Amino acid sequence: MRPALPRWADIALIPALNLALAFLVAGLVVLFIGENPVEAMRLLLHGSLGSSYAVGFTLYYATTFVFTGLSVAIAYHAGLFNIGGEGQAALGGVGATLVCLALPWPHWAIALPFAILGAGAFGAAWAFVPGYLQAKRGSHIVITTIMFNFIGAALVVYLLVDVMKVPGSMAPETRNFPEGTQLPFIHEMLGAIGIRMAKTPMNLSSLLALLAAFLTWALIWRTRLGYEMRAFGHSEPAAVYAGIDPVRITVVTMLISGALAGMMALNVVMGFQHRLVLDYVGGAGFVGIAVALMGRSHPVGVVLASILFGILYQGGAELAFDMPAVSREMILVIQALVILFTGALENLVRMPVERAFLRLRRRTA
Amino acid sequence: MDFDTILQLAGSSLRLATPLLLACLAGLYSERAGIFDIGLEGKMLAAAFAAGAFAAVSGSAWIGLLAAIGASCLLSGLHGLASITLRGNQLISGVAINFLASGMTALIGQNWFGMGGQTPQLPGGARFMPIALPFAEALGGVPVVGPIYRDLISGHNVLVYVALAAVPATWWVLYRTRFGLRLRAVGENPGAVDTAGVSVVRLRYAAVMIAGLLCGIAGAYLATGQSAGFVREMTAGKGFIALAALIFAKWRPWPALGACLLFGFLEAVAIRYQGIAVPGVGTIPVQFMQALPYILTVVILAGFVGKAIPPRAGGQPYVKER
Repeated sequence: MRPALPRWADIALIPALNLALAFLVAGLVVLFIGENPVEAMRLLLHGSLGSSYAVGFTLYYATTFVFTGLSVAIAYHAGLFNIGGEGQAALGGVGATLVCLALPWPHWAIALPFAILGAGAFGAAWAFVPGYLQAKRGSHIVITTIMFNFIGAALVVYLLVDVMKVPGSMAPETRNFPEGTQLPFIHEMLGAIGIRMAKTPMNLSSLLALLAAFLTWALIWRTRLGYEMRAFGHSEPAAVYAGIDPVRITVVTMLISGALAGMMALNVVMGFQHRLVLDYVGGAGFVGIAVALMGRSHPVGVVLASILFGILYQGGAELAFDMPAVSREMILVIQALVILFTGALENLVRMPVERAFLRLRRRTA
Repeated sequence: MDFDTILQLAGSSLRLATPLLLACLAGLYSERAGIFDIGLEGKMLAAAFAAGAFAAVSGSAWIGLLAAIGASCLLSGLHGLASITLRGNQLISGVAINFLASGMTALIGQNWFGMGGQTPQLPGGARFMPIALPFAEALGGVPVVGPIYRDLISGHNVLVYVALAAVPATWWVLYRTRFGLRLRAVGENPGAVDTAGVSVVRLRYAAVMIAGLLCGIAGAYLATGQSAGFVREMTAGKGFIALAALIFAKWRPWPALGACLLFGFLEAVAIRYQGIAVPGVGTIPVQFMQALPYILTVVILAGFVGKAIPPRAGGQPYVKER
């Protein structure tokens, strides 16, 4: 049987229509507030892409979302909905911080592999329990990952307030990392080869994020494990019949997913803030859900969707500054609409489009 | 710990348990009908905002309550449209609703009142004030029973009693009416209900709208009962604690009351004692108390202490055979 839709419509047309609907509704919201949506859009795009400063910030945010988006995407391929990225990223921050503060690292290139391990291991550990419980005890992974977000948040608050805080200081944050752990900024790297760029928090992690996206692609479509994950995600009974161990696949997938979420710490904690502060994740774990949905769980899609959300985050901040009636929470609304239209209300567009294609095909046949 | 302290702690547990209980029962109707609802938090938040805003403008707590129910039911309708009519993913819809509520309340709040997302402080008439039950003062002098009646049973606002009454009402609806039987059946085996000639779609919409109603009351309680106005993110995860309580109670009304009271009690203790000294162990950090409801739920989910089995058809859209 031929699929109802040609491939290009499935991967380009439908997401584009969904996105258009989301932005249409967002425009109505802006109109409702009494501002001009076209002007808002212009300010948003200018604030996010109008200068090298703006682009740097946009890509800095995008880098974070690539990590959390890949985390959701990879779990989705195995049929698992990991909404625990927020907690896993928070714990990843603790892991990266412990590595960075453990030794007087001489150079970031030496510290980086260990920090990747630290952030990944802590993130993976936080995803392990929900994964294991789903595989072994049948407890629903969505609920357990939600619970682990809250448990993780409480744990990190406890650690920052009572354990890792600078003695004598009131602020719930760790001391600054040694110089030898601070990743180079992109404006420094570009400056070294003679290209001038404004100072932004964008750092080496952006390249790591691209590497992670490539490795995720290779894992899912070019390895045996990836094949098993996809088979398991398609049909659990069929996968089990084919000799795939459901416990192993569930646990391994969640470990990789958690590790990816944890690695957002490289960008924010190790690359920019250079210390661990309270709630450094700031909702990025949830943005990962929107990014993965929009990107159709494909690494290329995830990267593109991350850039879109980077534009929203950076542009939205500038927009709130230039147009005070549209406060920063507009980003949350757009995010919700994107999740709604590309995820939950997907059939709103898909059903009519499929019908239209069928009619078209009947006429040409 | 003397008798007065225990009474105060019990009273504050009850007040903190009320929004949890309402939201938990909301989730119970929805999930028993096979529609997962992780948007309880968002619905409560939207309701709290609507209650705060409309009570402030109209000066009447009851108009605030109506607005709250309206806002919450609007989001419920959206959830129904996504998960029943369009057969979308119920979990994703819930996530979207939570974000939508979080963003819209802040955005509109700032736009309407310009107070950083808050609504104006409500005067007494625009709030649900504590009501004294009959003879509360007169009986107060009776030893033991008197103070319990005066301080624990009497002296809450009307929504607390509504929440408590909703428990037997829910039990009766679910287990003693035809509607309840069908509701439970549609969450276990919608195909059978359809075969019997009953509309799956209508039943599920009914369940989702009841959930909207209850979340609306819960939100109004937060903004016009417990506090005097709406503040940003005032639900602060209560929707998820309610979800935890629902699982803890294994999707049954009376245990839901118990679970919500337990989680309310934990919150009351965490507020009253910043860190509890336990002899021989040291101080229990307050964050542990805050995380305890979630930890207990994971333990229950893991099936180490009794097994929590969700309704069988939960989360799956129903496709009618042709």
